[in-house]
Amino acid sequence: MINKINALTRSLNVFHLAGSACNNCDIEILDALTPKYDLERFGITLVGSIRHADVLLVSGVFNRKAAIRARELLDQVPGPYLVLGIGGCPCTGLMFRDSYNWDHPPSDYMNIDAYVPGCPPKPEAIISAVVKVVEGLRSGALVPRCLQDSKPLSVEEAAETV
Amino acid sequence: MNKRTIVPIGPYHALQEEPEFFKLHVEGEKVVQLDIELGYNHRGIEKISESKTFEETIFLVERICGICSTSHPIACVQAVEDAGEIPVPERALFIRSAVGELERIHSHLLWLGLAGHFIGFNTIWMWAWRFREDVLNILELITGNRNHYGMMKPGGVRRDINKTDIPAIRKLLDSLGDPIKMFRDAVIQDPLIHARTKGVGILTREKAIAYGALGPTARASGFDIDVRRDHPHAAYGMLDFDVICCENGDVFDKAVVRIHEMYESISIIQQCLTQLEKTGGPVDSNPRNVTAGEGIGFYEAPRGEVFHYIRSDGSNRPIRHKVRAPSYMNVPTNRETVLGSTVADATIILAAVDPCYCCTERMAATVDRDDGEHHLSARDLIRLSCEKTDRLMAETGLEGPSLPDL
Amino acid sequence: MNKFDTITAIQTQLGEAVLEVKRKSAQRIYIHISADKLTDASRLMLEQPGARLQIATGVDTSKGLEVMYHWAMDTDGIVITLRVLVGHESPELDSIAPIYPAAEWIEREIWELLGITFKGHPDLRHLLLADDWPEGNYPMRRNHEVTT
Repeated sequence: MINKINALTRSLNVFHLAGSACNNCDIEILDALTPKYDLERFGITLVGSIRHADVLLVSGVFNRKAAIRARELLDQVPGPYLVLGIGGCPCTGLMFRDSYNWDHPPSDYMNIDAYVPGCPPKPEAIISAVVKVVEGLRSGALVPRCLQDSKPLSVEEAAETV
Repeated sequence: MNKRTIVPIGPYHALQEEPEFFKLHVEGEKVVQLDIELGYNHRGIEKISESKTFEETIFLVERICGICSTSHPIACVQAVEDAGEIPVPERALFIRSAVGELERIHSHLLWLGLAGHFIGFNTIWMWAWRFREDVLNILELITGNRNHYGMMKPGGVRRDINKTDIPAIRKLLDSLGDPIKMFRDAVIQDPLIHARTKGVGILTREKAIAYGALGPTARASGFDIDVRRDHPHAAYGMLDFDVICCENGDVFDKAVVRIHEMYESISIIQQCLTQLEKTGGPVDSNPRNVTAGEGIGFYEAPRGEVFHYIRSDGSNRPIRHKVRAPSYMNVPTNRETVLGSTVADATIILAAVDPCYCCTERMAATVDRDDGEHHLSARDLIRLSCEKTDRLMAETGLEGPSLPDL
Repeated sequence: MNKFDTITAIQTQLGEAVLEVKRKSAQRIYIHISADKLTDASRLMLEQPGARLQIATGVDTSKGLEVMYHWAMDTDGIVITLRVLVGHESPELDSIAPIYPAAEWIEREIWELLGITFKGHPDLRHLLLADDWPEGNYPMRRNHEVTT
């Protein structure tokens, strides 16, 4: 298992899972791949299938329809994997919490390891988050939540561990 | 017996792999039917608006879409101002147009990059998005953020543009001239791009009118509508600009319209900056309340007309707020444009309306075979599109657009 | 033809079906017509040069379910909004989708969110809400309660 976690600290395959997002975080994630920020030079690549993913970048609030699809997709991720909630939407749902079309925050059914607040977070913030997570894995301070048998990490608890 | 297949195509950009949204019914290689299934982005924003104050509503509508992030606020504040008969200082109008046109440039560059990606030219994607960063730098200088600018409020704008910043903004704008020219020459004149996009995904003028198509999707088909000219608002009644129109309504014409619109946008922004340098005054009329009434505001977003309707009862909240994004009218036109095309062309045709699903909602194609349903993912469809480009390269000896080393 | 011709044509051809003409401003005119004349009025609008249906807004009011059809007159720079009202107890309107494809999605959305049935619509089914959304649950009605 230690070897598998080590594998998460280099050459990360990143899969972007957006559910009912305004697309701004999605565009900033893609921006991180383009020449100005160029994540690929760190060996981080975007993959097209969740079956190849090491890290899931989750954006959006996931309305009722999208949540069903997300749960189906999450069953297909080979462990271990990390989940980063990008933007304010997976953190708290922002103002969409009041919507008639929203049931549960993504943290209820996803093992979110870290939250990157912002609306949208700048590419620098996203990169900084990935770096912090990798350092946490290397030091052992962070264990992927998919391996833990514990309740989901809420954004308030996450803020205390920063 | 015809074997009909349905192929799922991923939504807005290929890098999302959410399952079945557009349903293309394919017989052999030809698309015979398109079903569009939406609902994955519907967040009930109109209902949420009824529980927010007017200022909060502007914050909310900004997050309808990350790319047309200032179009919705401009249309919404105009609806509120129409309802409450709220005046707006002239300086604010020029700032609104300037920020709106900057958004148009960044959105069209974004589309150009993705269109290049869909037909296999990732260099176009990387270069278009690299120059898009310069536009985002201007926006960050003016508004404090690359996206979600928080600039608009009923009665004006929330921040002024400092006269001392204007030379830097002009310099950044001027630096965009050469790259856009590069894209124009590389894309519009390239014979391989012609082979992939001319005559592909044609939307006739009659169909564009019947579907109520908007923006570049309509103008590429010769349906000459532009809210900036037809219903002058913000500063557009005081500015000089051309509305770009084509005739054939194919993917190529849609690209031509968007590329030339970027030139017009730069010119409009320069005119706004000239006015802002010469004049002063407030940028906000500081309305105290919104009187009871109803108002309509619309704005020419990069994808077409964004429409907002507000009904006020004199309190500090809207009692009804209707939002209609341009993709709502443009996406159904895919039912016409994709018929008869091959699966390899499907991604570029569907991308040609520059769909913004968060504004609207999403699509898939499936192929029934005798041995059961066969699903192709977004990745597969883009691969098929790129393979078609490769085949054409091999057949014609053409190499595709070349971008100079920069 | 200018904007006044369109309003005159509506008043002439629809006669008593025009219940009220409200000129909010030079660019915004709201015309309340009786609901049974919706198709005639829409056909009339489609014949006007430069007319384009922007969207239809449905509102739940104390007087009934109101639907406003916002028609942009692009050659004149104005919006003519046709307003119709149906009762809560019989929420039905004629569909204009058969004469104007742009109305297809618009009517589907009003049906699923407000509960007005569009008679003659070619494909009246959910557009935005899930297919298993509870029947009779219309989020844009005033008495709608959020259930979690």
